Amino acid sequence: MHPILAAAILGTVSKLPSLTIRPRRIALFVTCLVDLFRPSIGFAAVKLLEEAGCTVELPPLQVCCGQPAYNSGDRTTTRAIAAQVIDAFEGYDAVVAPSGSCGGMLSHHYPGLFDDDPAMKARAENLAARSYELMAFLVDVLGVKKVAAHYDGAVTYHDSCSGLRELGVKDQPRRLLATVRGLSVREMKTPEVCCGFGGTFCVKYPEISNAMVGEKSADIAASGADTLLAGDLGCLMNMAGKLQREGSAVRVRHVAEVLAGMGDLPAIGEPERGSERGGPG
Amino acid sequence: MESTARDFNDNVDHALADPNLQDSLAKLKVGFSERRRQAAERLPEFEALRDRARDIKNHALANLDFYLEEFERKVLALGGHVHWAPTAADARRIIGELCQSMGARTVAKSKSMVAEEIALNEHLEELGIAPIETDLGEYIIQLRHEPPSHIIAPAVHLTKDQVADTFLEHHAKLGFTKRLTERNDLVAEARHVLRQKFLDADVGLTGANFLVAETGSSMLVTNEGNADLSNTLPRMHIVLASIEKVIPTLEDAAVLLRVLARSATGQESSAYTTLNTGPKRPGDLDGPEHYHVVILDNGRSAVLGTEMQEILRCIRCGACMNHCPVYGAIGGHAYGWVYPGPLGAVLTPQLIGVEEAGNLPNASTFCGRCESVCPVRIPLPKLMRHWREREFERHLTPTAVRQGLALWSFVARRPQLYRRLTGVANRVLALFGRAEGRYHALPLAGGWTRFRDLPAPQAGGTFHAQWKKRRS
Amino acid sequence: MSDASTTARAQILNGIRRSLRRGEISGEQRQAAEARLAQPPLGPSVARAQLAQPEKVALFCQWAETNNATVARVAAPDVAAEVVSFLARNNLPAEAAIAPSPLLAGYDWNSQKMLSLRQGRGEGSDQVSITGAFAGIAETGTLVMASGPDHPVTLNLLPDTHIVVIRESDIVGGYEDVWTRLRARYGKDRMPRTINTITGPSRTGDIEQAMELGAHGPRRMHIVVVRE
Repeated sequence: MHPILAAAILGTVSKLPSLTIRPRRIALFVTCLVDLFRPSIGFAAVKLLEEAGCTVELPPLQVCCGQPAYNSGDRTTTRAIAAQVIDAFEGYDAVVAPSGSCGGMLSHHYPGLFDDDPAMKARAENLAARSYELMAFLVDVLGVKKVAAHYDGAVTYHDSCSGLRELGVKDQPRRLLATVRGLSVREMKTPEVCCGFGGTFCVKYPEISNAMVGEKSADIAASGADTLLAGDLGCLMNMAGKLQREGSAVRVRHVAEVLAGMGDLPAIGEPERGSERGGPG
Repeated sequence: MESTARDFNDNVDHALADPNLQDSLAKLKVGFSERRRQAAERLPEFEALRDRARDIKNHALANLDFYLEEFERKVLALGGHVHWAPTAADARRIIGELCQSMGARTVAKSKSMVAEEIALNEHLEELGIAPIETDLGEYIIQLRHEPPSHIIAPAVHLTKDQVADTFLEHHAKLGFTKRLTERNDLVAEARHVLRQKFLDADVGLTGANFLVAETGSSMLVTNEGNADLSNTLPRMHIVLASIEKVIPTLEDAAVLLRVLARSATGQESSAYTTLNTGPKRPGDLDGPEHYHVVILDNGRSAVLGTEMQEILRCIRCGACMNHCPVYGAIGGHAYGWVYPGPLGAVLTPQLIGVEEAGNLPNASTFCGRCESVCPVRIPLPKLMRHWREREFERHLTPTAVRQGLALWSFVARRPQLYRRLTGVANRVLALFGRAEGRYHALPLAGGWTRFRDLPAPQAGGTFHAQWKKRRS
Repeated sequence: MSDASTTARAQILNGIRRSLRRGEISGEQRQAAEARLAQPPLGPSVARAQLAQPEKVALFCQWAETNNATVARVAAPDVAAEVVSFLARNNLPAEAAIAPSPLLAGYDWNSQKMLSLRQGRGEGSDQVSITGAFAGIAETGTLVMASGPDHPVTLNLLPDTHIVVIRESDIVGGYEDVWTRLRARYGKDRMPRTINTITGPSRTGDIEQAMELGAHGPRRMHIVVVRE
C-alpha cells in the first residue's frame, strides 16, 4: 500500500479510550529479550489478554524496536528499524508489549524520528496512538480489575523507568497484584530509582551500573520480600544477575507471569526443573 | 577550571573506591529528593508553576537580545555599568581590570558557577589579588584546592570529619588549634574567620540567579547571607552573569523563585533573596559605590535556535543531579568539569567540546528522573541523546560500539536472518546454561558478567518458534 | 563606552539574532515584549496566599516560626517592652543598633530606661539590630527590607540577632503584592538599591546537608508583629 494512502486510512482509527469498544485484534510486540530469553513472559501476556477477551496475533516480521541504535545515536538505523516495525504492525487495533521500555519507544519516540517525512510521521503517530505497555493496557484500556492467579510469597515491585515516567505505569500492576491470592506486597524504599540496566549502558559503563544495581539489591533485601517483580525483562535480568551473584535467595519474575498464574515456573536465572544435575545434552 | 572529562572512566574508578565520597553520596540521595518531594506536595500549584517557569524562560530566550538591552538600559539609568564578554577570557580581563581600578588586594566572592567556568580565581591570583570564597562549601573546597562537586552544595562530597581536618590545618595559624567535632562549631569558626575578610575586602563579586530586565536588578538567592555581605560591604560590587539569566519582570521572578528553592533544597524559600539595582544612593549609609554587571556569552548564543536550546532554560537548582542515580553513584568530580550530573552531561560538551566530554551524555541510563523533577521541564535525556547522535555522525563513538551496532543492525533489519540466529542463540545458551540457570562468565559478555550472572534462556526455543508450533 | 566593549556588545547581540534567525526584534514581536514589560502578566495564583488580612498575618507568623524565627504579636505601645523582654529572655545585652526610621522612632523607646540604642548602619561589632520591614510575605513567612537612608542593609546582616518590627497592615499575600507596593512607593523604574527578602535566620547546609543556623548573617531573628 502507498504510505500516504495507508496513513489516510489508518488516520481514521483513533486511540481507544472507551471501554465500551473493545479492541479485538491485538498484536503482541513480544520484544527481543522476551523472544530470546524468556518466552514464558510472552505467553503470560497472551493469556492475560485472551482472558480479557482479546484475540492476540504475533506479526511475524517484528524484530527489535530499535532502542540499541536509538540510544547509541544511530538515527539512520533507528529509522530503518522503526519503518520495519510500523509496516509489521499495520492494521491491528492495538499493539501491546510486555515492556515499558519498548512500549515507550513505539508510543513516545517513533514519531520524532520522522520529523522531515510527513507521510511516515503520520504512520508513526498512528502506531504510537495504538501502542501500549501490557499493564496499562489491561487496566486502563480493557478495564481489568482482577486476575484469577495464586502466588505464595511476599513480592516487591520495581518500577522500570520508561514505563513509570514515560507511560505512567505505577498503580496498574499493583492493583492487579493486590487481587492475587496468597500474595502480599512489600514496597522497597525507592522502587522508582533506576536499577542501572539502561540497555547498552550496563556494558558500556559496567562499574557505574554495578554500583546502581548493588544499591537496588540492598533495597530489595531490606524490603523483606522473597520475590522481585517488574515489567521489563532487561531490568529483571540485571537485578536477577546481581542478586544471584550476591547469593541472594530472592526469586525474580516478570509481573505478567505472576498475574497469569505462571508463578510456579523456574524464576529468572534459576535452573530448569529436573536438570539441576544434568549437564548439557 | 581545567577539564578532566576526558578521563571520565578513571574518575569513575576513583569515585567508586572513595569511602568518604560514598558516605556523603548516601546522605545526598535520600536527603535532597525526599525534601523536594515534600515541598512539592505542600504546594498544590507546583506543577502549574513549573509549566509557567518553562514558558517564561522560553519567552525570555526567544527575545533574549531585547531583554538584555532593556536590562542594560535600566542599569545605566541608575548609575551602574554593564560589560559584555563574548568569551571567558574577555570576562576575566574585564573583572581583573575592575579589581585593579580599585587597587584591590582581596575580593570577597559569593559562590558563582560562572566564575568557576571562566576560571576567575586563577586569573585574580595571577594579578596578585586574593579571591576569598565566602559560601561555606566553596570556602571549604578552596582551602582544599578542590573544584566544587555540586552546583548548589559544592562540598557535598566531604564528610564532617574531613571538614574538621581541613579547618584545623588552615585555621591553626589564626589561633583555632582545637579540632572540632560538631557541625555548628565548624560553622561558627568559619563565620568568625570569614567575617574579618568581608570587612577587609575591596571588591565583592557575586553571580546572579536572575537579571530582571524590567528593573535592571540582579537577583541572588542564598541561605547563608554571604552574597549579601559581598554586595554590601566592599566599595565595588561586580555581578558576573551569563546571557540566559535575564528574565522580563519581577512577576516572572516570583514564579521562578517558587520553583527554585523547592527544587533545590526542598525549602519553601531560601533564607535570602536579594535584588541589587545600581550603586548606593544619595543618603544611603552603606552599600557599594560602584556597581558593574559583566554579561558573559561563552558559547551560549550559538546554542539558541539549535536542538540544544532548551538547556538554556536551566535555573541551576541542582535537582537533576540530586535525583540522578549516576551522579548518586559517582559524585560530581567524576564529570570532570564545572557542571556535573545531567545538566553537565548536556552543557559541558557544548562549552568545552564533545571531543573532550563525549562520555558524559553517554553515561546515562535515560531513566528520566532528572526530567521528571526539572523545574523548567528540560528534556535532559532527549538532549543527551542528541549529543550521542552528533557523536555518532562525527564518528566519535568508540569503534567497538560502532562495529557491534553495525553487525546488530544488519541482522535486525533482516527478520528471517534474525529469527534463525536468535533460534540458534536460544538453543545454545539454554543448553549450556541449563544446569545452573545462569552464566558466571561468557565470552564477549565480560561487561555484564564481571559483576552479575547472566540468566540463561528458558529451554524450548524462542517465543516466535514456540508460537509457530503452538498456533500452527 | 570603549570601542572594544561596543564591539563585544554587538558581537553578543548579533550572535543571538543570528542564532534566532532574525534581525533586531521589531513589529509585533517588539510590541508584545514591550507590553509584557509595561503590564507584567501574573503567574499561577497560589491559593494559600489569598486570604483575608487576619489569616494572612497568622499564616505569616506560622511560616516565620517554621523557618526558625521567633514571633511576638503586641500592640504598638508595647513594642519597646517586648524588645527589652526578648533581649533579657535570651541573655543578650540591652543595647542595639537601630535603623534611623521615622516609623521605628514612633515607638516608645524612652519607656525602657535600661535599653541603649544607637542609630545608624550596622557594624561588625554589633550584637543586636532593630529594623522595620517594607513588607512581610504570608506565603512563606518572609520579610522584605528596602534599603535607603532609613534602612541600612548592614543592619540586616552583621549583628548576631536581628529584631524586626512590622505592622500587621504591611503583611501581604505573596511576592506579587510586594512588587505592586514597591512600584507604588518608588516608581516603576526605580527600585531601591537593595531589596533583601529574608526568611528566617541565616543558615547553611554545606556540611553533610544538615541545616545549621547562623552561617554569615544573624543566627537569631525575632519578629515583632504590631497589632493594629
